[in-house]
Amino acid sequence: MAAKTGFNFDNYQRNLFMEYGKGNNMKLPKATKTGTTIVGLMFKDGIVLGADTRATEGPIVADKNCEKIHYIAPNMYCCGAGTAADTEMTTALISSNIELHCLNTGREARVVTAMTMLKQLLFKYQGHIGAALILGGVDCTGPHLYTIYPHGSTDKLPYVTMGSGSLAAMAVFEAKYKKDLERQEAIDLVAEAIQAGIFNDMGSGSNVDVCVLTKGKVDYLRNYIKPNVRKEKEQVYKFNIGVTPVIKESIRNLVDVVDVNEMEIDQ
Amino acid sequence: MALAGEDFCIVAADTRQSDGYHINCRYAPKAHQLSDKTVIGTSGFYADGLNFVKKIKQRMEWYFHQHDKTMSTTAIAQLISIMLYQKRFFPYYVFCVIGGIDENGKGCVYSYDSVGNAERVQYQAAGSGNELLQPFLDSQIGLKNRSNENETLNLTEEMAIKIVKDAFSSVTERDIHTGDCVEIYIIRKDGVECQKYPLKRD
Repeated sequence: MAAKTGFNFDNYQRNLFMEYGKGNNMKLPKATKTGTTIVGLMFKDGIVLGADTRATEGPIVADKNCEKIHYIAPNMYCCGAGTAADTEMTTALISSNIELHCLNTGREARVVTAMTMLKQLLFKYQGHIGAALILGGVDCTGPHLYTIYPHGSTDKLPYVTMGSGSLAAMAVFEAKYKKDLERQEAIDLVAEAIQAGIFNDMGSGSNVDVCVLTKGKVDYLRNYIKPNVRKEKEQVYKFNIGVTPVIKESIRNLVDVVDVNEMEIDQ
Repeated sequence: MALAGEDFCIVAADTRQSDGYHINCRYAPKAHQLSDKTVIGTSGFYADGLNFVKKIKQRMEWYFHQHDKTMSTTAIAQLISIMLYQKRFFPYYVFCVIGGIDENGKGCVYSYDSVGNAERVQYQAAGSGNELLQPFLDSQIGLKNRSNENETLNLTEEMAIKIVKDAFSSVTERDIHTGDCVEIYIIRKDGVECQKYPLKRD
């Protein structure tokens, strides 16, 4: 019996058979991954989150300017790396549940609450939900920054990176991170870490998104830096009208238009 | 990639060398000049490519000492095919194109697979971006899928260089393995010129 809620695994066995069964070698479709650089940083009075904006499907760039910093609650945002659909849906689901939780309790949700909900969901699915997240927010107990891995483990650290560009970004953090940075210093450091990912990791690219979370205020700086604007092309490639060959043409009458005045009207 | 014009030929290759998601080198030349009439472009396994080019140059030198003349582009084309097929069951992991001027002074391009199947063509794309590049060349240089049959392309050198630059900057947008810089070799009757054109580095 299929479960009444949650994911449907009905076709799992069938797909395995199609892929590996005797005489079968069908390639199953690949999900869009955000081969990504995402980072988070704690500074003097809050959290700065950062992300690049490239989404890939294997070696091909699927989206040159996607959004990887997702809304959870008015005081909480979450960067997502991994399978694009999983990060999108997981953060949307938790965002929804946090909203209900707020209405139930009548107060602003805490970051730990969202973190616990995310890790329990991801652990339940044993890593099949390919979402690697950085959760940041400010609540009544102060600023918090967590990383959540696809299998459900979590870390609580002052500076974190994730995704395929995590090593490039962490190199910058390890070299330059200090406690109690000023707001602008923190933003600059995050932007530098993301750019390290953009230029040195081929899974990351295009622009830098930044989100600054402080007590009672969120600044979402979409496309904070655009270091990869395309140069103008050398030529214009516009086809003349009529260049596309017409192989055949058929016009069908779907209705017959009849002039009412000429019709014989039965009395 | 390579393309042939009436009395010139262009061979161009980007200079990024990568492994997985990692960039090993932003300037690793993949196009090499073989003579003053021939240039080769390689893609695939970089070490094999370098070694293969080295061996071709060695064979060309032997030819020069034996016959007291430089190998023609068509002769090099044949040599490459034979050298690749000699390693039929342990192939060079190389997909190459050569471009040059033939005995009649016309531009020519030869393209190969890794085991020596050769074909003379007007233009060819090879490597990780080839699925993106080839249709663009088919449209702009081959003038494929157009109803205007009497349309002929008078491909000038300036036009060809513009197309090559646009082709590479466009592929860089969508193929993660392509970028950093493109080297454009222009082969004319009176010699070879190399231009460098920067590409996006992300």
